[in-house]
Amino acid sequence: MTTHAGRSRSATPASAPAVDTPVLATQELRVTFAGRGGRAGAHAVDGVNLDLRTGEIVALVGESGCGKSTLARALLGLERPSAGRVVFEGEPLRYATRALRAYRRRVQLVLQDPTGALNPRHTVYDAVAEGLRIHEGHARDERERVAGALSRSGLRPPERFLLSYPHELSGGQRQRVVIAGALILDPEVIVADEPVASLDVSVRGEILRLLLRLRADPGLSALVVTHDLGLAWNIADRVAVMYLGRIVEVGPVEEVLTAPSHPYTQALLSVLPESGASSPVVLAGEPPDPTRVPGGCRFHARCQVLASGRAQGVADRCRGEDPGVLEGGTEARVACHWANAGD
Amino acid sequence: MNYLEVEDLRVSYHTPEGEVPAVRGVGFGLAAGSKLGLAGESGCGKSTVALALLRLLPRSAGIRGRILLDGEDVLTMRWGRLRAVRWAGASIVFQGAMHSLNAVRRVGHQIAEPIRLHGSVPRDRVPQRVGELLDQVGLPGWRARSYPHELSGGQRQRVMIAMALACEPRLVIADEPTTALDVMIQAQILRLLDRLVGEHDISMLMISHDLSVLSGSCDRLAVMYAGRVVEEGPAHAVVTDARHPYAAALGSAFPTVGDPASRRAPHGLPGDPPDPADLPSGCAFRPRCAVVEDRCAAIDPVLWPVDSDSAGSAGRSAACVRVLDSAAPEDTGAPDGAETATTRVADPDTTLPTQESGAQY
Ligand SMILES: Nc1ncnc2c1ncn2[C@@H]1O[C@H](COP(=O)(O)OP(=O)(O)OP(=O)(O)O)[C@@H](O)[C@H]1O
Ligand SMILES: Nc1ncnc2c1ncn2[C@@H]1O[C@H](COP(=O)(O)OP(=O)(O)OP(=O)(O)O)[C@@H](O)[C@H]1O
Ligand code: SF4
Ligand SMILES: [Mg+2]
Ligand SMILES: [Mg+2]
Repeated sequence: MTTHAGRSRSATPASAPAVDTPVLATQELRVTFAGRGGRAGAHAVDGVNLDLRTGEIVALVGESGCGKSTLARALLGLERPSAGRVVFEGEPLRYATRALRAYRRRVQLVLQDPTGALNPRHTVYDAVAEGLRIHEGHARDERERVAGALSRSGLRPPERFLLSYPHELSGGQRQRVVIAGALILDPEVIVADEPVASLDVSVRGEILRLLLRLRADPGLSALVVTHDLGLAWNIADRVAVMYLGRIVEVGPVEEVLTAPSHPYTQALLSVLPESGASSPVVLAGEPPDPTRVPGGCRFHARCQVLASGRAQGVADRCRGEDPGVLEGGTEARVACHWANAGD
Repeated sequence: MNYLEVEDLRVSYHTPEGEVPAVRGVGFGLAAGSKLGLAGESGCGKSTVALALLRLLPRSAGIRGRILLDGEDVLTMRWGRLRAVRWAGASIVFQGAMHSLNAVRRVGHQIAEPIRLHGSVPRDRVPQRVGELLDQVGLPGWRARSYPHELSGGQRQRVMIAMALACEPRLVIADEPTTALDVMIQAQILRLLDRLVGEHDISMLMISHDLSVLSGSCDRLAVMYAGRVVEEGPAHAVVTDARHPYAAALGSAFPTVGDPASRRAPHGLPGDPPDPADLPSGCAFRPRCAVVEDRCAAIDPVLWPVDSDSAGSAGRSAACVRVLDSAAPEDTGAPDGAETATTRVADPDTTLPTQESGAQY
């Protein structure tokens, strides 16, 4: 397989072949971690409705600690919801060991930290073949499939890496081993937590193009957790913006990233170097703390729109009324009194 | 004098499959109070350089060259002296560091430990210092009591940054320090590092694959490819007007949100990443270069000053035959004394502008 120069535009269709029932969804999902030593529990995921349709790539963005990885882990059944649920093909996720195992063959997770995801005593070959062995025993074509997955993930020639141990690889090479391990089972859904964060443009482009190709055929669905808005722009159909455990804005990439409605999304975009914003909004105030979710709009204490007085008409509601949990579906939605007042 | 001087650094890993020449002759200097960014493709040798600087490489690595830290050669330093340097002189934020925290100890303890051992802060003031450090990286003080698994990836990364800054080192080596962090926190950490460098005359080597991170926060930038520096110069110039085709590709490939041309079209480079154990003859970038010429197969270009006739090219160098062509003789004089960080450029009197290909190892 060859890589293509980034000069020509890819031939991926402009919109996903969406069908009606989401393949994977969360309904009013909450994950709370119990507090220790008298501290309140951490509401890491605090009510999330998010749908992922077949052949759709959704980017989940938001600041460090807002609950992205917890949501991703809950989707894979690695965290139990404290309320609400995860729904796969219309059925609530079942947590019995065997049911989970069958589920994880079809839905793969790429973990955020590749070093932690790899066993230091396993070779690259074993790491990539592991999923295959769990689900299919010793496949006759194991070696070819391992080599194929490595090669697709940009580790070429694969023979160079098969017998290496994780400590003999660079950070980005490790990340690609983890990606290869997820791809080898030809999953229907991938939940990828910062999959290309440690990759330079050349490898990054290759992995992203691979995701786009798999989305077109065989219709892979992917939830890509990222802090990189450029990545969302590059590959996602929709983007969901998370703040302190909630999705505060969701919608088609073109809408959300070029005409953001929520003040938090606006701030995020304004700090991008290319935004050309005359005054990037660097948010002030306490970093958000999931053990102490503010009342009213959870963003109000840091909201630059409220602070500037532009939200004067709704200021009381900003401080006193929770804008609520956004519904699922594919429409653009925003959890903000000011934005919803149409001003 | 530069606080850090690296001369012709070469690192080769011995493996059962043979030698892996991961770093093939890298040199640079770093003055106190200045920042050098190191960019390049995954696997090109950036972390290997970082680890070599403090002799943290595994035993399977063979190192050659010179690494002068405040005038002392790190590679020949005695063990005890080296330990002292690692404590007080220099510290490193490892790549993927979020994984290296001790899982069963509270993060506050882990930040406090080097401070206690170092003894620069009275014992009873250590907790306060830990609180300050956490605050600087955007974490509330009560997080000192958290265990690593209770923190998100980016929060752990910030704990590691706090640890690296705990003893006020003179040199900070940061390997992908902000990779897992969102733009807000990233901006905050970069500003913090900026301030430290400015106020305490710290030198910093910052490694990232993200040119936009480096261009905004470093004075100078070196771009590596296949174990060598292929372009070096003032950060802004290297990002906006690179002379080496690889550096140019690196700079142009970042997506612009809102730009229709990059929508659903992630940029990349054609071809395979180089295998350090099996490099092509001539220029290592040749198989992927968009402007390759016949002679590129025969000439292995070294860093060479960029023609100073064109605007903004002072103190710049690149390793490409096209740069060799345009370099006028007077460009090859001593590097500008005002520079804060410079990469060693081939000396025209003693070095031919080309090396015989394949002769490095
Ligand atoms: N096991 C746990 N116990 C207590 N708190 C936890 C636990 N795991 C996560 N948290 C907290 O939940 C919040 C969300 O964490 P999560 O890892 O989901 O964030 P994230 O959005 O992935 O952040 P990052 O971008 O930094 O990776 C954080 O404030 C974190 O401290
Ligand atoms: N212990 C080792 N044994 C053998 N080869 C190694 C070892 N450590 C690294 N390498 C190889 O040396 C090369 C350089 O690795 P290094 O970690 O320095 O890359 P890097 O530039 O930091 O990449 P990244 O951006 O992916 O972190 C890679 O090809 C890697 O596979
Ligand atoms: S609801 Fe009010 S405080 Fe919250 S984001 Fe909107 S304007 Fe700001
Ligand atoms: Mg995370
Ligand atoms: Mg590295």
